[in-house]
Amino acid sequence: MGLSGKDLIGLQFVPAKEIKLILDTATPMKEIIKRQIKKVPTLRGRSVVTVFYEASTRTRVSFELAAKYLSADTVSITANTSSVSKGEGLKDTARTIAAMGADVVVLRHPMAGAAELLARTIEAPVINAGDGAHEHPSQALLDLFTVREKKNRLDGLKVAIIGDILHSRVARSDIWGFTKMGAEVRLAGPAPLLPPEVEKMGARVCACIEEALADADVINILRIQLERQQQGLFPGLREYSQLFGINKERLKLAAPDALVMHPGPMNRGVEIAPDVADGVQSVINEQVTNGVAVRMALLYLLTGGGNP
Amino acid sequence: MKLLIKGGTVIDPGAGIITEKDILVADGKIAKTGANLSAGGAEVLDAGGKLVAPGLIDIHVHLREPGYEAKETIFSGTRAAARGGFTTIACMPNTNPVADNAAIISYIKSTARAKGAVNVYPIGAITKGSKGEELAEMGDMKEAGAVAFSDDGMPVMNAGLMRRAMQYAGMLGMTIISHCEDKNLSAGGSMHEGYMSTVLGLKGIPASAEEAMVARDILLAEETGCRVHIAHVSTAGSVRLVREAKSRGVKVTAEVTPHHFSLTDQAVAGYDTATKVNPPLRTAADVAAVKEGLADGTIDVIATDHAPHTVEEKDMEYERAPFGMVGLETAVGLVWTELVATGVLSPLQAITKLTLNPALVLGISKGTLVSGADADITIIDPALSWTVDPEQFAGKSRNSPFTGRLLKGLPYMTIVGGRVVMLKGSIGTGP
Repeated sequence: MGLSGKDLIGLQFVPAKEIKLILDTATPMKEIIKRQIKKVPTLRGRSVVTVFYEASTRTRVSFELAAKYLSADTVSITANTSSVSKGEGLKDTARTIAAMGADVVVLRHPMAGAAELLARTIEAPVINAGDGAHEHPSQALLDLFTVREKKNRLDGLKVAIIGDILHSRVARSDIWGFTKMGAEVRLAGPAPLLPPEVEKMGARVCACIEEALADADVINILRIQLERQQQGLFPGLREYSQLFGINKERLKLAAPDALVMHPGPMNRGVEIAPDVADGVQSVINEQVTNGVAVRMALLYLLTGGGNP
Repeated sequence: MKLLIKGGTVIDPGAGIITEKDILVADGKIAKTGANLSAGGAEVLDAGGKLVAPGLIDIHVHLREPGYEAKETIFSGTRAAARGGFTTIACMPNTNPVADNAAIISYIKSTARAKGAVNVYPIGAITKGSKGEELAEMGDMKEAGAVAFSDDGMPVMNAGLMRRAMQYAGMLGMTIISHCEDKNLSAGGSMHEGYMSTVLGLKGIPASAEEAMVARDILLAEETGCRVHIAHVSTAGSVRLVREAKSRGVKVTAEVTPHHFSLTDQAVAGYDTATKVNPPLRTAADVAAVKEGLADGTIDVIATDHAPHTVEEKDMEYERAPFGMVGLETAVGLVWTELVATGVLSPLQAITKLTLNPALVLGISKGTLVSGADADITIIDPALSWTVDPEQFAGKSRNSPFTGRLLKGLPYMTIVGGRVVMLKGSIGTGP
């Protein structure tokens, strides 16, 4: 069995059984990462191009290593965002890359819908590595993988997502992913940073952070950006930390074995207290390792792996 | 040159009646109407089974000339109008330079006379450069032929300035057309704010961005006594505000576009930039409210907000693409398919909102078939159907979200000043 779509744009349209397939495929991939010689010939002779219109060392390196561990050739393009404003379109870049024979294109872009635009333009599979506030499916898949590995299940778990939901592509992909896998998703954050009618996606909006954290099995803490304060969306980081920061006291509201997650990079002392980030319940570093494994699984499956 | 339109079902919104009768056209005017008129040497057009209406009027068109001729010109835009069954259009002033003075108004009128296929009435800007800072010379523009004033997509945010604009336009007996959008509420948005904007991760434009300004302009209209026409109403709240204002006797009229009664924000899924329009496509509840407003008379006019853009401008990321869609060549089909065939409007009501009412908003002597009137006539064939193919458009641009949609009830013939300018989709200058 393989994936039904050519691309991975978001988890909204990926059925639960395919999410499970990706997670199941990531398990042996993680084993490869732990070997001394981290290389299998699976994608030898294939090329993976990462195109990043937005700075993100973490995700770009994760995809590149995933490709290299599978023996694919990789090229990374860090597009200068100023060239975007000069009108050099994404579609032209896409056609150029396609003409050079890329087998998979990984795209990070500041605008929602960019990955879909690219996927429509080229024949090669496109993996969305984050498009504006739309989706970041590989991040959600690594979150799912991490939780499943720790809890041995996803069904019935209580997952709290805390912070700037409005601008978060991670939150959207997590909501689709966790709810499809049978988990209960709760959201809390400053009211202007909660997107309208998000309940219809299957998540519950909590009136206060205490409600979101009560007996939670997973706490996913989103990065709060200073830029949002400058846009007037909330009064300030100090108050944010007081109202929504996850510290040891707040963590006690969750289940005793609750997992603490963060998609990174963290603002220590703002949305997450340093002792929580580095505490025993934190799986933040493992998320990074699992990210490589999940991306290996995606590259394998999207290049035809698993298909008869 | 004489023309006899025979055997059609004639819709006369002025008299409010539909009857089978003939229309005799001579020297560009309606010479006579009645049963079984004799040809007497006139060319005879068989209109049996078809609806014969006064020439349709679209009071919200962007012709793009001068300045943006790659998108549309007066030549191409008036041909798109003719193909869509419109004999008269009013064009918005957001050209380059902005139509904020008598010289540009005169240029548009003279170019339209020389190259246009239909009648063109320019709308002048409210403020110089549509910058919302100083009033434009409305008196001068009226002299030159402007029929109303609007800053359209650059709405006058300063309420004090808008109030003075209404006082001044009211003094001149002119109408202010208001594109209602509070720029602080809509800033950065590219679609309706709601579930779909949440799922797609696009910044939303809340309904309140429109409604706050509808409320403001109704209050200012009431205070100043100026006639205000609310452009492209798109939300249930706006319909409610206009309905309430009318019940109190405020001199306010309103229009809706075909896309706002035919599509919802669901159409944005897939990020097709042809669906990016301002005001944005709203929810199913808004569409229902707009239809109710059309049916009960709250909304007087159907206008297209025909906004052509080139392929290069539209073929990009959703947030970067410009707002607007073309509408002239799909309007009648959408009115018939979405409103008349479904019983929302009777054929008489629909035609009234496409002829008499827009003429009244602009204060122009059009939209009637009485003897002596200009022979602007649109013949509609309710049986004619078309799967929308933008490649067949007479206009320059292709940015339509209706590509592939089956429409039934189409303009069959467009007659301007007694001349056939369109027959069965083909543009020409007939008999």
